[in-house]
Amino acid sequence: MKGREMRAGAMNRGRTGGLRRAPQYLALAAYVVFLAFPLVWLLSTALKTPQEMAQADPTWIPREPTLANFADAFDEQDLVGAATRSLVVALFASVITVVIALPAAYAMARYRSLVNRIAIGWVLVSQVFPFILIIIPLFLILRDMELVNTLPGLVIVHVTFTLPFALWMLQGYVRAVPPELEEAAAVDGAGRLRSITGVVAPLLAPGVVATLLFAFISSWNEFLFALVVLQDPDVMTLPLTLARFVGPEGVARLGPLAAASLMATIPSLIFFAIIQRRLKSGLMAGAVKG
Amino acid sequence: MTATVTKPPAPPARHVRRARRSRRSREMWLLMLPALVPVVLFSVGPLLYGIGLAFTDARNTRAHETTFVGLDNFVQLMGDDDFWSSFRIGVVWSVSVTVLQFLAALGLALLLNQNLRFRGVARVLAVVPWAMPPVVIGLMWKLVYHPDAGILNSLLGTDINWLADFSLALPAIIVVGVWTGMPQTAVVLLAGLQGIPRELYEAVEVDGAGRWRRFWNITLPQLKPVIVAITSLDFVWNFNQFGLVYVLTQGGPGGRTRLPMLFAYEEAFRYRYAGYASMLGLAMAIVVLAVLGLYLWRQMREAR
Repeated sequence: MKGREMRAGAMNRGRTGGLRRAPQYLALAAYVVFLAFPLVWLLSTALKTPQEMAQADPTWIPREPTLANFADAFDEQDLVGAATRSLVVALFASVITVVIALPAAYAMARYRSLVNRIAIGWVLVSQVFPFILIIIPLFLILRDMELVNTLPGLVIVHVTFTLPFALWMLQGYVRAVPPELEEAAAVDGAGRLRSITGVVAPLLAPGVVATLLFAFISSWNEFLFALVVLQDPDVMTLPLTLARFVGPEGVARLGPLAAASLMATIPSLIFFAIIQRRLKSGLMAGAVKG
Repeated sequence: MTATVTKPPAPPARHVRRARRSRRSREMWLLMLPALVPVVLFSVGPLLYGIGLAFTDARNTRAHETTFVGLDNFVQLMGDDDFWSSFRIGVVWSVSVTVLQFLAALGLALLLNQNLRFRGVARVLAVVPWAMPPVVIGLMWKLVYHPDAGILNSLLGTDINWLADFSLALPAIIVVGVWTGMPQTAVVLLAGLQGIPRELYEAVEVDGAGRWRRFWNITLPQLKPVIVAITSLDFVWNFNQFGLVYVLTQGGPGGRTRLPMLFAYEEAFRYRYAGYASMLGLAMAIVVLAVLGLYLWRQMREAR
């Protein structure tokens, strides 16, 4: 952190002259406004009474802030049910993803072979492919397996499509654990399995947690596959229920809609708060640089 | 496993190596297997199935006899005005969103790389769009654009139904697209900026190079691999965008924001033309791969 500050300082000789930096502060302010104003508006709408929503001239700050919209949101739609289903799907999808990705990631990081290169190629290709080409046959396959309109059906789809990036993340974390550590444990008489569970596993734990969270959020936020797999309103996940909320153009339901949207964002915000530092420095840069 | 146990105590070296290698490869397959099964069943399989479907008249209904129709779907696609207008919209959308995302993100990354006060605020804000579910982003902007209760009309003193206006709907959703993807691009570019060795700047500082020349001669060339990677990814992600636009406009008004993904979704799941929609998906895949291939090939040739 300190080194970066110093470098940034060295790059800007006009550091002491505050006036010379005015355009930069202006630009930064413009970015902050652009990024923040829809969020502020969402919050403001969530706190407004229906009477205030109906008024001609909308205001930024609600005159009589109320939490009634949050309660109304629960009354109007089956939000609790939808959130529970989202939670179940995301939990199963993330745990299964990590459990099956971990051995494969270990193999990818430790053994060099053709299979390995194919796996990496597939990880990259899967980022590029138009989902529509896969989603139609996938729907037909799931229908034949009687998995349409079921949560296990959606779990399978989420696992399959989170797997490539999870593999990519995990194999990076495995690579970061020096193989010498394993060999040293083997020399000390530990069996292969013991050297992996005893030596590698604890070092991998933070990476596994990050991948688990990533898979959880991917599933929690996912819309397109859920839309195709779950067509019965009784089994819909949270994003689907929210999207159905929109309905006709009236203003009466906007407050509860905003409140529900805010609540649906909470898990992701917690996740990003946890791994923000990791994201800033290593993860994405590493993933992109390959 | 038993083979290694029953092996004679001192076999010839080559023999051991081969045995060890085959054991290692067996181990590798065993470790890969749990991941391989779902990938083959639900990813590679459907992909091949989908390519096959593109050449049939498959309907997404139970009682339908599917027959092979060769290139009929392709011929029909080429003559479909709705397809071409959707394709044009898709190109305008993905190119303009990707370019604007990149320019805005580069500006933000350069600012965040400076020793400015309050940049922490921008950093935290930059993570939020990334964390929000696309559906929620769509709903949030629907509130901003709302003709009666939205803040935009009140700010501008206008009375426009942004998302239902024939000429304004597409620009309106492009703004949302930029808002959604710009922060992530900025974070990646920032990481790239921080990886540029400081010595490079010191060397030209001795020459008395100005800020602009430092940017043009060092920052940009050094950042190029990261730029190429992230703009390629952004382009693909934008071309495949679905949830955001589905929530904002459902492709309306009058199909003015009907991206190819939405068009294909409607064909497949509303009108249930699975074969035709698969051909559409195949066409999209080829376009994306061609654009990406051309772009990466040109970048690589320039680098050499």
